[in-house]
Order: sequence, then structure tokens, then C-alpha cells
Amino acid sequence: MRAVLVAKDQMSVLLEALLQDHEVFAPVNDDALVAFRQVDSPQQVLLDYGNSTLPPKGLFFPQTETLFTYSLERGHLVLKEPQPASRSQVLFGVRPCDARSFTFLDRVFANGNQCDGCYLARRENCTVVGLSCGSPKATCFCSSVGGGPFSATGSDVLVTDLGTDYLVEAITDKGALLVESIGGCREANEDSLRRRREAEASAEATFRGAIRTEDMELRLQEMWDDPFWDRLHEKCIGCGVCTYLCPTCHCFDIVDEGSEQRGRRLRLWDSCMFPLFTQHASGHNPRPTGKERWRQRLMHKFRYWAESHGEAGCVGCGRCVVNCPVNLDIRQVLNEIESLSKRVE
Amino acid sequence: MMIAKNPYVPIPMRIEKVTVETEDRSIKTFDLSFIHKEDEQAFRYLPGQFAQLSVFGKGEAPFGIASSPTRAGLLQFTVSRAGLLTSALHQMEHGDLVGVRGPLGSGFPLQEMEGRDLLVIGGGFAFTTLRSLTNYVLERDIRGRFGKLTVIYGARTPGMLLYKGELEQWRQRDDPKLHVTVDAANGDWKGQVGMVPDVVSNVAPAADDTYAVVCGPPAMTRYTLPVLERLHFPPERVVLSLEMKMKCGIGMCGRCNIGSSYVCRDGPVFTLAELRRLPPEY
Repeated sequence: MRAVLVAKDQMSVLLEALLQDHEVFAPVNDDALVAFRQVDSPQQVLLDYGNSTLPPKGLFFPQTETLFTYSLERGHLVLKEPQPASRSQVLFGVRPCDARSFTFLDRVFANGNQCDGCYLARRENCTVVGLSCGSPKATCFCSSVGGGPFSATGSDVLVTDLGTDYLVEAITDKGALLVESIGGCREANEDSLRRRREAEASAEATFRGAIRTEDMELRLQEMWDDPFWDRLHEKCIGCGVCTYLCPTCHCFDIVDEGSEQRGRRLRLWDSCMFPLFTQHASGHNPRPTGKERWRQRLMHKFRYWAESHGEAGCVGCGRCVVNCPVNLDIRQVLNEIESLSKRVE
Repeated sequence: MMIAKNPYVPIPMRIEKVTVETEDRSIKTFDLSFIHKEDEQAFRYLPGQFAQLSVFGKGEAPFGIASSPTRAGLLQFTVSRAGLLTSALHQMEHGDLVGVRGPLGSGFPLQEMEGRDLLVIGGGFAFTTLRSLTNYVLERDIRGRFGKLTVIYGARTPGMLLYKGELEQWRQRDDPKLHVTVDAANGDWKGQVGMVPDVVSNVAPAADDTYAVVCGPPAMTRYTLPVLERLHFPPERVVLSLEMKMKCGIGMCGRCNIGSSYVCRDGPVFTLAELRRLPPEY
């Protein structure tokens, strides 16, 4: 696939060109947050950021979305579905961990037999431009869970900072179309690919204390009744921030807003860390305490997802580590599980 | 890529009849008819499947389909008044419009069950999909595909039994072999008094060539499964249907999983053998 070099001072020209033909979503400063928002000028776009506070998953799986509106009048029920976006979209500057998370969401919402048409339409309408991660943060652990700071998985185009230039590589056919449309750039050469490899190696070298997650599902299969779960959840306050900021968490609620005659049905993000998530109308709750809910969250990511899809359902972005108000660190939890199983062996 | 629809849009249905099933009026059966012919033709279901029932303004909730697919043009749901949505539904009457999304989930394993005797064991208002199964098997064109049919059905009191008229019809035709029992008799009840597991122990057919299908409150199921085991029913031929809180019904919203199985998508019908391979979290 084609790879080109864009001089750093020309990046705003490239973004300007993208803005002509697409709705562009990129990381911006939004109050105290870094978040993906629709931009209308290149100056808004952050290209030198660690990672966004909020994951970009909301572009495909919005925090709140209307599934349909309803109105019941004179014995007639009218249901109206929302119209998909008419302009093509570009999601620009996504870190490789988050880009990879889209391929996880695809397995949930676009899995063949049962497809979510709204999600699929948004995915197809959007070209994902990834941004390699030259200096991963101390809380990042993508390379421990099958990803990497320069991974192209989930990106249609991958942009890498090479110092004076950006290397812009087409990864998919969709990405190739976007790269074709870039004017005034030079073709990448052997030297640029060598500098890319060096940058990748130096980014990889910043990871310390890798977590061993291979075969984690096998260890977790033996741990359902382990006393480990009794104390793990004790300091968790059940705020759910770990799930809301997780790029692979896909759980949602469906609720009606409106009267009997008129209103809309909404889909909203939900969290397995909330007690009502699984509580039946009868009051019965299969996951009544934090113990069962923590076990579910961990088992879902590192056992059930692996059983269903052959890899852990975590991309190692570290948001749950950074934002947990009681410092429950998933990396430590995984390391403890690892050492528990060693003790058994 | 394929063109996929919005899977959350229900089809409109009209309430044709509301039947109060129990003396405490807490359980009602709703007969629904399709508004559009094409929806009726597309709605092909099996006994044991469920659907999401919409009460607009309140939301939707999953219910097992209580009617038999052999009754064209009719969908029945038997609903206990428990929360916000079911309370609103209980206020609705003939002519009101609701939404239905489905059929969802797996039905009872009819192909595997064909040619064998069936032992249907139900308790309380979990009898709904078992009633669908029983009426399906009793259908004239279908009856010959299955062996002897035994139905054991229990409720707390006589007044809490569902489908009383139908139970009487079954008794009169003597097919199925029917054993109705109550935990506590009152009034002029002349039938059996006793717990479902005890009745199973006394009247169950030989396990050799029989499928047992069990739906009931957790306590009934807990005490019935050991009885079936003692009677040598292999776990592969003990079939159960589970209940879970659900939203999407299509394996996406993430709340009804037991281990890596989703009750909405991989169930709600499981064999005991399948359930034993899953974590005990339901």
C-alpha cells in the first residue's frame, strides 16, 4: 500500500483538504478534557497528546442515541428511525489502542447474524486515521495485550511522527483512497521506513514490567470460587468510570423518554459495575455485590472474550488505571492472578 | 458489507383480549394480533422462544411466548405484574397498541426431542413456554412425531394456576397425562396436594427414552433436578429455560451473560449438561 511523507508544517494543509470533503473528528482540548470532537479548522487539532481522556468509541457507539421516535395517535403507531449522516467522516489522530478497539466493537455490533445497522452505517461512513504512539504513558500496556504503540489494526491510515515529517501509510483500501487524495507530498522511501522502525523500537522500549496475559483465560477458568474475589472489590466504590472510559466496553441500556403518546427510545451506555444492571423486576440479582460485579468485569475482558474471540478484550489504553478514584489497577490485579496460579503450580 | 437494519424497531401489534389468570389478579394473558400481514408472515417462532414487548413510554421487557406457533395470527404473553412496565401493561386493554420484537433466542430442541417421550415439569407462572410446547405437541399434524406426553404442573394454591380452562380440556382428552398439584389446597380443590419434585418422583415415566423439560421458580428447579438425576435422566436430556434481565435480546447489551454464553442469544433454553459447563451465576 502507498506511503507518503508530509512535512510537519504541511499537516494543516492536509487537514484543510480533508475538511473540504469530510466531516473531521479529531482530538481537541475541551475544558479539562482531551476528547474527539468535530473540528472546523486545523488549528483545533491536537497532534501531540498522550491519549484522549474519553475514548473515541462514541463516534460509532454514542453515549446516548435515539433508536427511533414513536407517536401513537388515533389508533396509529408511527415509528421513525433517525437518518444516517450524509457526509463522509474522518476520525483523525486515533491512538493505536483505540483504533484496535473498533475491531472489538465490530465483533459485538457487526457480527454477521445479528447486525446493528446504525453502528455499521457509521463505521462504513468513516475513515479512521491512526496516530502512532511515540511516547506511551506509564499507565499504557498495549503491548501486553496483543497490541502495540505502532499497531495499524483498526486504522485505515496510520500517521507516524518522524521528527520533521509525518509518515502517512495507507493500511486498507478505504485508507488508500484517502492517501490518494493528498496533494503536495513525497513518496516514502527506505530511509523513512527505517526511521519508523527506530521510532517504534524506542516507543516499545519505554514499556516496563510487561503483564503476562497469554492463557489468562485458562487461569481464570480455575478461579471462579477463589477467595481472591472476596477482597478484590472491597475498596471499589462502584462508580463505573472504568467501564465508561473503556474503549472496548459495549454494554448499554435501552429506555423510553416521553409519554404514552409521543417520545423516543434511547440507547445509553451502561455499566456492569452497577447493581441494577442485572437486577430482575422480582428483586433477584445474579450479581448482587461488588464481588460478583468485579469478577464479571475481569472475567469478561480476560476470560469470556478470549473464549469467544481468541484474545483478551482489553487494548491496554490504561484509562481505567488513570481514572480509578480508589487506584484499583487492572495491571496489578492481573499480576496477582498470575502469581496466585504460580503458587498453585 | 451487508446492509443491516436497525434491529431495535418493534412491529406494532394490537391487544385483542386480556384474560385475568389468577385469583389475586397479578397475572394476565394478553392476546395480540398483527397489524401488518407481512409482519405476521415474517414472525416464525418455536415453543421456548421469547420476544421483547414494548409499552411505549415505559420501555420494553422480555417475555416467553405463551401461544403455540400452530395458532396462526396470534401471539400470547402471560405477564406477572412486577415492575414499572408490567404494571403499565396490566392497565392496558382491548384495542391498545404495543410493540413486539422477536422471536428471540433458541426454542426447545424439538428435533432432538422428536420420537421420544416428553416429561414437562412446570411451576408457577414459568409455565408459559411449557404451555406453548404442550399445545404444539398436541397439534394433530404434529402429535405423531412425539411419544407419550406427561405434564406435571404445580402452583402455590388452586387460584394461582394458569390456563385453567385449557388444563380442564387436557384432562378430558387424557392427552397429555396431566398431573396438576398445589402446595396448599383451599376451597373446593379436589386435586392433588404436594410439591412438584415429589410428584415427579412418583409419576415420572422411565428415563430411558424421555426428555424432561423443566421451567419453574428457582426452589422448584433446585429440588426437581436431583429427583431427575435419581431417576437416571442424563443431563443431556434435561432441558431448562432461564430468565435474565435483558435489554437488547440479541447478544449486544452485555447483561444476561453466564460465562461466555448470552442467555438471550445462546438460550434461554439450555440442557442441564450445557449449564453445568457454565459458571453458576443466574
